[in-house]
Amino acid sequence: MPTTVPAYGAEAAERLASMADVTATDGALRRFLHGLPGVDAVGLQARAAALGTRSIKTTAKAYAIDLAISMIDLTTLEGADTPGKVRALCAKGVSPDPTDRSVPKVAAICVYSDMVATAKRALAEAGGSEVHVASVATAFPSGRAALAVKLADTREAVAAGADEIDMVIDRGAFLSGRYLQVFEEIRQVKEACRRTDGSGTAAHLKVIFETGELETYDNVRRASWLAMLAGADFIKTSTGKVAVNATPPVTLLMLEAVRDFRDTTGVQVGVKPAGGIRTSKDAIKYLVLVNETLGADWLTPDWFRFGASSLLNDLLMQRQKLSTGRYSGPDYVTVD
Amino acid sequence: MTNPTNPTNPANPFEYAPAPESRSVVEIAPSYGLFIDGEFAEAADGKVFKTVSPATEESLSEVAHAGAEDVDRAVRAARKAFGKWSALPGAERAKYLFRIARIVQERSRELAVLESLDNGKPIRESRDVDLPLVAAHFFYYAGWADKLDYAGYGRDPRPLGVAGQVIPWNFPLLMLAWKIAPALAAGNTVVLKPAETTPLSALFFADVCRQAGLPRGVVNIVTGDGSTGAELVAHPGIDKVAFTGSTEVGKAIARTVAGTEKKVTLELGGKAANIVFDDAPIDQAVEGIVSGIFFNQGHVCCAGSRLLVQESIQDELLDALKRRMRTLRVGDPLDKNTDIGAINSAEQLARIRTLADAGEAEGAERWAPECALPSSGYWFAPTLFTGVTQAHRIAREEIFGPVLSVLTFRTPQEAVAKANNTPYGLSAGIWTEKGSRILWMASRLRAGVVWSNTFNKFDPASPFGGYKESGYGREGGRHGLEAYLDV
Repeated sequence: MPTTVPAYGAEAAERLASMADVTATDGALRRFLHGLPGVDAVGLQARAAALGTRSIKTTAKAYAIDLAISMIDLTTLEGADTPGKVRALCAKGVSPDPTDRSVPKVAAICVYSDMVATAKRALAEAGGSEVHVASVATAFPSGRAALAVKLADTREAVAAGADEIDMVIDRGAFLSGRYLQVFEEIRQVKEACRRTDGSGTAAHLKVIFETGELETYDNVRRASWLAMLAGADFIKTSTGKVAVNATPPVTLLMLEAVRDFRDTTGVQVGVKPAGGIRTSKDAIKYLVLVNETLGADWLTPDWFRFGASSLLNDLLMQRQKLSTGRYSGPDYVTVD
Repeated sequence: MTNPTNPTNPANPFEYAPAPESRSVVEIAPSYGLFIDGEFAEAADGKVFKTVSPATEESLSEVAHAGAEDVDRAVRAARKAFGKWSALPGAERAKYLFRIARIVQERSRELAVLESLDNGKPIRESRDVDLPLVAAHFFYYAGWADKLDYAGYGRDPRPLGVAGQVIPWNFPLLMLAWKIAPALAAGNTVVLKPAETTPLSALFFADVCRQAGLPRGVVNIVTGDGSTGAELVAHPGIDKVAFTGSTEVGKAIARTVAGTEKKVTLELGGKAANIVFDDAPIDQAVEGIVSGIFFNQGHVCCAGSRLLVQESIQDELLDALKRRMRTLRVGDPLDKNTDIGAINSAEQLARIRTLADAGEAEGAERWAPECALPSSGYWFAPTLFTGVTQAHRIAREEIFGPVLSVLTFRTPQEAVAKANNTPYGLSAGIWTEKGSRILWMASRLRAGVVWSNTFNKFDPASPFGGYKESGYGREGGRHGLEAYLDV
C-alpha cells in the first residue's frame, strides 16, 4: 500500500497523475468506472443495518457526541437567509451551548456564496475564526448552468474567503454517460478553488453527487471514483434539497470507496453525508460506520463531516442528558 | 477545528463501552424436571446433570436426566394425547400454534438472554435471528394447520402419530421450532430431546406450551445425553424420528430404525462451499463469507466452511477478508456489540483445536486476527487457513467452529467439481454479478440450499435439507409438512 497523503496536499496531484491513463479519454474512463466491482444492494443494506444495531453507551457515547458536534457543517441554505440569520448561526457554531464551554465548536458553517463574507466576519467576531466557512457553489442545488457560470460562482466564494467549496456534479451529464465531462468540470472547479491572494493555498473541495438522483449503488461507486480521480478532497452525498438524501447504505458505500481509493493511490479523501440526519442516534450510527469501515484515520473533522442543521440541538440535548441524567427539552438549547 | 479525544484509550478513540443485555430479564431455577404430560417431574431414577454457561463455565441449573422409564412415560403421554389432538379441526390446532408464536414474541427478550447464556451465542444473534425465526416458524405452520388439504398430498392427509425428535445445541430453540411447529400443525404429538449442553430453552418452551393452554401430552420434553436420545429413537411407541445433528449419530439412528415402520428425516453435517467469482460484488462477498463461517461461532451445519475463490482475485479478496476479520468483536455473549461468542462446550473446543492443528500440520497456512480471549470459558479466535487443498482434513471434515478453509479455482467447471467433491451436500453459496452463471452453477451444485450473493439466510417458507451424507427429508415450507404426514 502506498504511503498516505491528504487529498488537499501537494503530493496528491502527483499520485493522481499516475492514474492519468484511466482518465485520458471518455472511453478509458468509462471502461474503468464500469470495471469497478458491482454492489449487491441487499448485502450493502444488510451490512449498514447490522452496524446500526451497535449499542454505544456511557463513555463511548460521550466521545461520539462530542466528535459528532465537532464534525458538523452547520448549514443554512434557504432563499430566506439574511445576514442576521447567518450571524446567529455562526454564534451558535462557535458556542453551541452557551451554558457549557466544554462543548466543542462545529467544523464549519455552510452557506450560499453571497453569505460567505458575512459568515467569515461573524465567526471572527464570535471568537471562532478556526471554524471554517463552507460555500455551496456551481449552481447549487441543481447544477444546471454553463460551466463558466459555475466557475465564476466558485471564484466569487473563494475570493470572499470561503475555506471550503461544496460543488454539485452535473447529474444529467453523469446519467447520460458523459463521465469525462463531469470529470473535467470537477477538475476545473478544483482549479477555481485556488486562492488568488498569493498564499498558494486553495479552498478544500467537496463534491456532491446527489445520490438520491443517481439512484443505483453502482452509480454511487462510479461517481465516487470519478470525483476522487478528479481531485475531490471530500465526497458528499446530497444537497438536502431532494426527496432522498444521505442514507446509511449510501454512506457506507462511499466510505468503502475512499478506503479502496487510498489503498490504490495513497490519497486520503473525506466523506460527508448530508441531509436528513437529525438525531444523535442517527449521527452515532454514521460514526459506527466510519469506525468499522475506515477506523481512527477518518474519525476526525478533517475527514468526516455531517451536513446538518437540526442535528446539533439533538446532540446538545443528549449531551446534557448524559452529564445531568435528565432530559432537558428543546427550550434549554438555543434555536440558532 | 477541535478534535475530541477519548481519554481512556487515545490509540483507539472510539472504543465501545460495555453494553451488556440485562440478565435479570430471565429467572433460571436451580433445577428443572422433565416435562411429561403437562407436568414437570424428576427422572424416575433421580439422575440429574448440570448445564453450564460456556462463556464463564458457571453452572446455570441442574436438569433431570431421563432414562428408559421416563422416555417410555413421555411416549405414552404423547400417544394418549394423539387421538384428541389429531381429531381437532386444523383451525383449532392453528389457534394453539398462533398463541405459542405470540407468546414467544412476547417473551423473546427473556428467551434470547436464556439462549445466549446456555449456548454462548451473541445476544445480537439470539435477539435478531434465532427468536424472530422461532416465532416465524410457528406463525408459518399455524397457517398450514387448516389447509393441509391443499398441501399437495391429497385430501385429508393423516398425521403419523407420535414423533420422537432429537435436536442439536447450535440453535436450541430454533431447531425445536423447526421440529415441533410442523409436527403439531399436521396433527402429531411429540417427544423432544434437546441437546445435553443446551436444555434450558426447551424447558422454558414447555412453560410457553402451558401458558398457551396446549393440551397435556401434546408436547413432551425429555432432557438428557445421547443415551436418552437413543432410548427415544429406539422406542417402539414412536412413529416418526426427526433428527438434526452429526452425521455419525445420524447413521446410528438410521441403523436403529432400519426394518421398523418408523419414518425418518435426518438433517446432518455439511462442508459447504462458498464460491466467489472474479466479478463478484467484493464488499458484500466479504460480508457473506464472514456471516457464512463466523455466524454462531461457525456452529452451523450449513456454514460456508470452504471458501472457493477464483485465483485471479485471491489476494485482493483475502486482504479484504482479513481486514474485515480484524473488526470482529469476540467476547461476552450478552454484550450487544459482540459478534462472536463462546464455543458451546469444552468437547467441541477440543475438536476444533484438533482439526485446526491438523490443518497446520498438513501444511496449510493459519491466520487469525489479534484478539484477546476471555480467560474462563471456551473460546476460539476466528481463523482462516490459506493454501488448503482438497486433500487436507480441514477441507473434508466438518469442523463446526469459526475456521475457514480457503481454496482456489480457475474456471466455473473446476468450481463445481471442487464444491461437489465432498461427502456432504447441505448448502452452497455463489457470488457473481452474472445472473446466467448463478443459474448454471445452481443446477450443477449437489446441495440442498444454494444461496446466491448471500449466505445463511433462512425463512420458514423455504425448504431446508441435504444431499448425500447431509441427510434426507426437508424441513420448512410446504415440503416440511411431508415429513409429518402419512403420505
